[in-house]
Parts: sequence; structure tokens; C-alpha cells
Amino acid sequence: MKKMSFAKGLLQALLLLPLAAMASEAEVHLDRAPVNFQDNESLQRGAAVFVNYCLSCHSASAMRYSRMTDIGLTEPQIKDNLLYATDKPGNTMTIAMNKKEAKVWFGAAPPDLSVITRSRGADWVYTYLRSFYRDDSRPTGWNNTVFDKVGMPHVLHELQGQMVPVYKTETDHEGKTHRVIERLELAQPGKMTLAEYDGLVADLVNYMTWMGEPAKSKREHVGIAVLLFLGIFFVVAFYLKKEFWKDVH
Amino acid sequence: MDKLLAWVDARFPLTATYKAHLSEYFAPKNFNFWYYFGSLALLVLVIQILSGIFLTMHYKPDAELAFSSVEYIMRDVPWGWLIRYIHSTGASAFFLVVYLHMYRGLIYGSYRGPRELIWIFGVLIYLVLMGEAFFGYLLPWGQMSYWGAQVIVNLFSSVPFIGEDLSVWIRGDFVVSDATLNRFFAFHVIAFPLVLLGLVAVHLVALHEVGSNNPDGVEIKQNKDPVTHIPVDGIPFHPYYTVKDILGVVVFLIVFSAIVFFAPEMGGYFLEANNFIPADPLKTPPHIAPVWYFTPYYAVLRAIPPMFGSQFPGVAAMGVAVLIFFALPWLDKSPVKSIRYRGPKFKIALALFIVAFIGLGWLGIQPVTPLYTWMARILTAVYFGFFFLMPWYTKNDTHKPEPQRVTDK
Repeated sequence: MKKMSFAKGLLQALLLLPLAAMASEAEVHLDRAPVNFQDNESLQRGAAVFVNYCLSCHSASAMRYSRMTDIGLTEPQIKDNLLYATDKPGNTMTIAMNKKEAKVWFGAAPPDLSVITRSRGADWVYTYLRSFYRDDSRPTGWNNTVFDKVGMPHVLHELQGQMVPVYKTETDHEGKTHRVIERLELAQPGKMTLAEYDGLVADLVNYMTWMGEPAKSKREHVGIAVLLFLGIFFVVAFYLKKEFWKDVH
Repeated sequence: MDKLLAWVDARFPLTATYKAHLSEYFAPKNFNFWYYFGSLALLVLVIQILSGIFLTMHYKPDAELAFSSVEYIMRDVPWGWLIRYIHSTGASAFFLVVYLHMYRGLIYGSYRGPRELIWIFGVLIYLVLMGEAFFGYLLPWGQMSYWGAQVIVNLFSSVPFIGEDLSVWIRGDFVVSDATLNRFFAFHVIAFPLVLLGLVAVHLVALHEVGSNNPDGVEIKQNKDPVTHIPVDGIPFHPYYTVKDILGVVVFLIVFSAIVFFAPEMGGYFLEANNFIPADPLKTPPHIAPVWYFTPYYAVLRAIPPMFGSQFPGVAAMGVAVLIFFALPWLDKSPVKSIRYRGPKFKIALALFIVAFIGLGWLGIQPVTPLYTWMARILTAVYFGFFFLMPWYTKNDTHKPEPQRVTDK
């Protein structure tokens, strides 16, 4: 830490107090994830993507398959389309991969995804899954603008295609120049157009956000009823108090 | 019914207790907005105990199982999500109402004689509540739980000579571990709640012995009706303040429910994003901050530079910042109690103190920068100045004469 004289520190602190609140944020720009729990079809598509692409390396050990009845699926549908033959709908989304081996393969064991949208935020996951680019200096051949040097390869590259970075030169306030990534560009198309791919990730993130807190819709429904009840209770309590207090002078 | 009551009264002072504490406990008739928070603190205490009992039925105090047992409560236990959000929101609500309750004491001089013991019991409640919240925060076993506990317990290791042994004794291990989780669970669910309930009981007994203060800071017991011996400005607590407090309770529950049902994370202040990552002893989060209700003291801790290669001065300053509240009744030399009749010096000092407390709270959440450290130092000086200079600025202050009777708003 730099040393400051007391007077200088005091002066700076007083002058900059109002500005201080604005100084702290300087992070990667995140795109807004279009989360919508009313859209069961999007949630179901997202669940299929999750089970097919994520659930081989990542677990979601707090999530039971059977809970997907909440997003409009029936148990036979879950059993036929989303389950491995040995699993039962009441099982949680666990995986067979050994954590220790995974750590050797990827550098870090793939995290459990049950509540990942609650720690990272939906916007982060949505942006992250659309920000992989080719980087031959990485062991997997992939890097990510949101999560530099990430251990995870671009699992969905067959769908999105291969993105490459476009660089620009930036001068920082000390006068040094840096080569920074300005944006990503499609070098080799995948099975989907970029717009289709964005839609797929949107469905996936919608599902993952729902999975982070399956009770959320119910919570908000109950909340409205509770607030309505309390609103009526308030009127009663208000007039009750008024009635008793009219003889206090 | 009357016979039954007589039978009970001959064996237990039921009617007498009811009269002494409710129907014939005479409270000043001029309580205002600030007087809701005492009964609300009691309500939150009950909410926390009840919701805590149900959480205990499903929670597993085990380093391997704790995190997933909380998610199990959130998903598989019927209405478990509601109980858990009530409890997590209740923790923040408890501190919010207690801080407002203490502020009431500051502005109306409720800590002044003859109510010094009420104040002291209250500060003890505040201390126990901080411990209770600290122990409880470890239980979800997320990254913030773990590293928050690690940081706080490490503070004790800075105590000269015995520090290292002391911190190991608290943790039951060399790092925060399963042993720590188990003992914190025991403290959180039984040891501290028992002490808390006992202290709340004596806080109320002491209050009902001397009677409540009021926004005018005048003693209503000095002006009694010559015939009935009831204070002229007093009204029975029941029904007047029970119906009034019900109104306060409903308004509180509206705000509380709005948070529980629509914003239980409260933008990361009540439930932090990092705490949805399971505790990992090998991975220190880049930014560790305590929950909002501890941040003023955390900012004081970080503001004091290490001296003679030891962090202890900061830890000591933090301790004094909390314990100094005990001395308040003897630091205040003003002839009047209420802010309504105090002079400008006290009003300015109090305003600066509030700015310092909230400012330190904000700084305690921010990452350390040289600028923030200096701001925290200035505000720490203001914080302590409020207390240590109080004997002088309250003695030399001008003041208006107190009225004989309580006044209307």
C-alpha cells in the first residue's frame, strides 16, 4: 500500500467521498439473460440441453428429476426422455465422474450446478456460455472472455461454431499499451446460426435459473396472497387502534 | 371461570402478573413512531426461535452434509423454503429493529438514570445477538460462512501471548472445520438463545420496575393522581399499547413479507451470492466481507493500522467500539434527557455519529483502497469522539427547560 501523509489523506478522503461510490465497478460487460419462468416450453428445451450436454461432467445434486413436473413434464416423459436407464425420477442429478480424476483432467473439478445461477447470476452464465473462443495456448484449445483461462472446453462448439477474437490496442492511464479483445467473430460456422445458438443458451440458462430455486414461482404466488391478507389486516388494526385511542387525551 | 382463576391465583400470581405487566402497567401516553421497535424486537425473537426449531429438524451440522441439507430444506421439505427465508430475513430484521431501538434510546435519553440497568441489559442483549448471528452464519457452510468465520476467529489469534491457543480453543481445530461447525451449532441453537431469553426477561423486568421513558424525557411517576396514585400521563399498556403495537406489527410484517417472498436475497445483503458456493478450505474468495450488520465494526478493525507488527490494536478498537455503549449512561452529563430539549452541540454530535455509523457500515462492505482506509479512519475518530467527548459537549451545551407534563406531538 502506498503511504500517504495524514493531511493529504484527509483532504483526498473529504473531496472524493461523493465519488467513491462510483469507483468500484470495472468488470466485464454481461448480457442480460432472458429468464422467464412462465415459458414452460423454453424451460423444457433448456432441461433437455442441460441433461444432454452438461450432466456428463457437472452434477446438480440438489435437483430431483421428478421436480420437472413443475415445468409441465409428466413422470413418464421425464423417464423416457431425460433419464438414464438406471435412474429413477426420484433420483437427484448426480454423475458417475470421479472428482479426483476430473481435477487432473480439467485442473479443477467441474462444480455442481444446482445453485450456480444463484452464486454467479443468470446474466453471467448466459454471457459465459456465449463467450468461448479458440486459443491454442490453452490445453483444451479454448478460452473465454468472461472467465479467462477457464478449465472447461467449449462443449457446445458443434452448435455455435468456432469464434476467434478481434483485437484492438488500448492505452491505460499510465501510458502503457495493451492488446485487448474487442469482440469475437465467427471463423467456422456450427450447426446453428448465432441467433439460434443464443436462443438455445437462453433456454438452458432459463432452466438453470429455475433449477437454482424451483420454489420461486410458488413463493411469489404465496407472497401476493400474504400481502393481500396483511393489507386487510392493516385496515382492521388501524381502526381498532383508532377506536381504543379516541379516549386518550 | 372465576373459581378457577381464584384457585390459580392462590397458587400462582396470575392475575397479579397480568395486572403488573399489562392491564395496570402504566406507560406514558405520548409514545411515538420510535417506540414500536421494542415490541418488534420481541416479535422477531419469537419468529427466529420458531423458524429455527423447524430448521433444526432438517439441518445437518456436518461439514459433508450441511450445505446440501440447506438445499434439501429449500427444495424437498414442504414449505422449507419459506421457513429458511423467514429465518435468514429474520436475522437481518433483528439487527435492523435493534439498531432502531437503540437509536430511540439515544435520542430520548432512555439510558439515563434511573434506567441504566435497562440499558446495560440491552447492550448485553446486543452482544449476545452478535454472537448468535455470527454462529448461525457458519451453519449454511457456504464460502462466505466459512471464510467469514475464519477471519473472525483469526482476530482472536492477535491477542498478545494467549492468542494462538485462544483461537484453536474456539475453533476446536487449527482451521475452521467440522469440529467448529458442530460447536457453533450447539452455541447457536441452545447456549446463546437461552442466555438471550434470560437477558430479554431481565430487560423487561427492569423496564417495568422503573417505567418507560418517553419522547419528552420527563418522569411520569412524579405526577400522580392524588386519589388513584396512577400517573396522570400514564395509560394502561393493555389495551392501549397492545392495539397500537398490533398496528406496528402488521406494518412490520408487510415489509418483512415483501422481502421474504419477493427479495429474500435482498440484492446480496441478506443472502450473499458467494454463500451459494459450498465451503472450500483451499480456495479463499478474493473479497471477504461480513454481513451488513457487522460492517461498521469491520471497518473500524480495518481502519486501525497494525502496530509493533500486531493486528491487535485494530481488534481492540473494534471491541471498544462495541463495549463503549455500556458507559453511555455515565458519559452523558446533560441536565435533560430528550433531544427535544437539548442544545445544538448534542444534536450535531449525534448527527455526526449516525453519519459515522452508516458510513463505516458502507466502507466495511467495500474492498480496501488507501482512500477508503483514510475515510474509515476519519469516521472511526468521529465514532469514538461521540462517546469520549460526550462529558464535555453535554455539560457545556445549552438546553431548553423540560416541561412538567408530557406534550402532544
